[in-house]
Amino acid sequence: MRALPVGLDALLIELDGAAETAALHAELLRMREAGQLPRVREIVPAALTVLLDGVDDPRALARQLAGRRVPALPDSAGEVITVPVHYDGEDLPAVAALWGVGEDEVARIHAAAQYRVAFSGFAPGFGYLTGLDQRFHVPRRAVPRTSVPAGSIALAGAYTGIYPRSSPGGWQLIGRTDAVLWDPAREPAALFAPGHRVRFVSMEHRVEHRMEHSVEHRAEHGSEHGAEHRVEHGVAHGVEPR
Amino acid sequence: MTLTVVRPGLLTTVQDLGRPGHAHLGVPRSGALDRRAHRLANLLVGNSARAATLETTVLGCAVRVRRPVVAAVTGAPCSVRVDGRPAAWGAPLRLGAGALLELGTAARGVRSYLAFAGGVAAEAVLGSRATDLLSGLGPAPLAAGDALPLGADPAGPPLAADVVPWVAPPEHLVLPLRLGPRDDWFAPAAVTTLAACDYRVSPASNRIGLRLTGPVLERAVERELPSEGMVLGAVQVPPDGRPVVFLADHPTTGGYPVIGVVPEDALSAAAQAPPGTPVRFVPVPGAGW
Repeated sequence: MRALPVGLDALLIELDGAAETAALHAELLRMREAGQLPRVREIVPAALTVLLDGVDDPRALARQLAGRRVPALPDSAGEVITVPVHYDGEDLPAVAALWGVGEDEVARIHAAAQYRVAFSGFAPGFGYLTGLDQRFHVPRRAVPRTSVPAGSIALAGAYTGIYPRSSPGGWQLIGRTDAVLWDPAREPAALFAPGHRVRFVSMEHRVEHRMEHSVEHRAEHGSEHGAEHRVEHGVAHGVEPR
Repeated sequence: MTLTVVRPGLLTTVQDLGRPGHAHLGVPRSGALDRRAHRLANLLVGNSARAATLETTVLGCAVRVRRPVVAAVTGAPCSVRVDGRPAAWGAPLRLGAGALLELGTAARGVRSYLAFAGGVAAEAVLGSRATDLLSGLGPAPLAAGDALPLGADPAGPPLAADVVPWVAPPEHLVLPLRLGPRDDWFAPAAVTTLAACDYRVSPASNRIGLRLTGPVLERAVERELPSEGMVLGAVQVPPDGRPVVFLADHPTTGGYPVIGVVPEDALSAAAQAPPGTPVRFVPVPGAGW
């Protein structure tokens, strides 16, 4: 853990890895909740850093945090957000080719991984999700698209992301969701916040699964994020299991 | 609705002190670029500094008010007219119902601020009425025919000011620069280059950043920087080597190294520097932890 000065009232804490960064972020939120942090306007985790902005005495805070033992973040920590997905993105064939598997297998592999929102940025509600095994990291597209539809699920480098609104983008599109990533009229506005865990559920596989185990499925996932509604939607539009 | 847009100008937006505290969700602070002028405009009409004003860009704007209200214009000096008659810049103006208030082209500087007693009461998003152009939050930039509500008159009276402080837009923009967090990613000559007065404000500047033209800042470390949190005033250096000073609508995380940070106090002047203004950075060492 290394603290770097950022202007007059901020500091950037640099860590050795994504897991350490997630752990420090969780610890800082816990400390703030417990009244153990001085006033801080923003706590912004990123790939290998946590920024603390709007701090009266960043040097004192750096000293307070130096050498602090930060407990590892248990896999079970963090709210779980379930995102229903149609794995039918335009870059699915390209990703399948990069992974050396079939398109169905891309969906299976992607939905099987456990994700965590490492940080946000790019647009309100856009989360950088870690969790996909390094073997499956893919480069950005050579030529970015001028417009990527809202709800597109995409891969780039170590990350999975979902475009909260239509925007230009160079990530590889593997699917789409009806989940609303950002709604200023909702509380909270962002579906994803750093520290949340994310599960992707293939709508195609889910429909099949629901037919066999509808009761367990409902109990396991609940309908908090409208997943049940979206399954019905999928059935109504005749989506077939692949 | 108590205000109608007659002429929106080049870019007129609703601004307040922004929405701090949401950077971890990818939401920048946003808010008035010249916060000093925004505060002064509010003061002149008896508002708190939190009330929303209109921020115009270069070409001013024209609005018609539907009820009697006190207004004031600050920031970049410009001609002010009420129903075609010249009126005072930097002073409370009593407008009658139906009055047409026109702000002309900025004589100096870039951004004028137009406050109304009670504030512009556009719908708030995450506690702020500011238009954030990067994130697409808050009211859309004004268009002709738009109607905007005004808030109830504030408790305080308009400020009876004998003297209104005004900081002239800079002939030369001098920006203090606290080095770090990534100044060590640059060749030592980069800091010398930054201090050598060779930069100018680029016409590509906007509410996201003050873009600069001038010599390339050479990197010492060529590898890619993993994304990290960005602050207001951060001087980020993209691959073309030309520094960008992040203003209110800046991204909250970014993947290019920040050579130093301009303190917030100096950003009001940056917001008033028109394209072509020479820029000199005055680097001071970081905290050196």
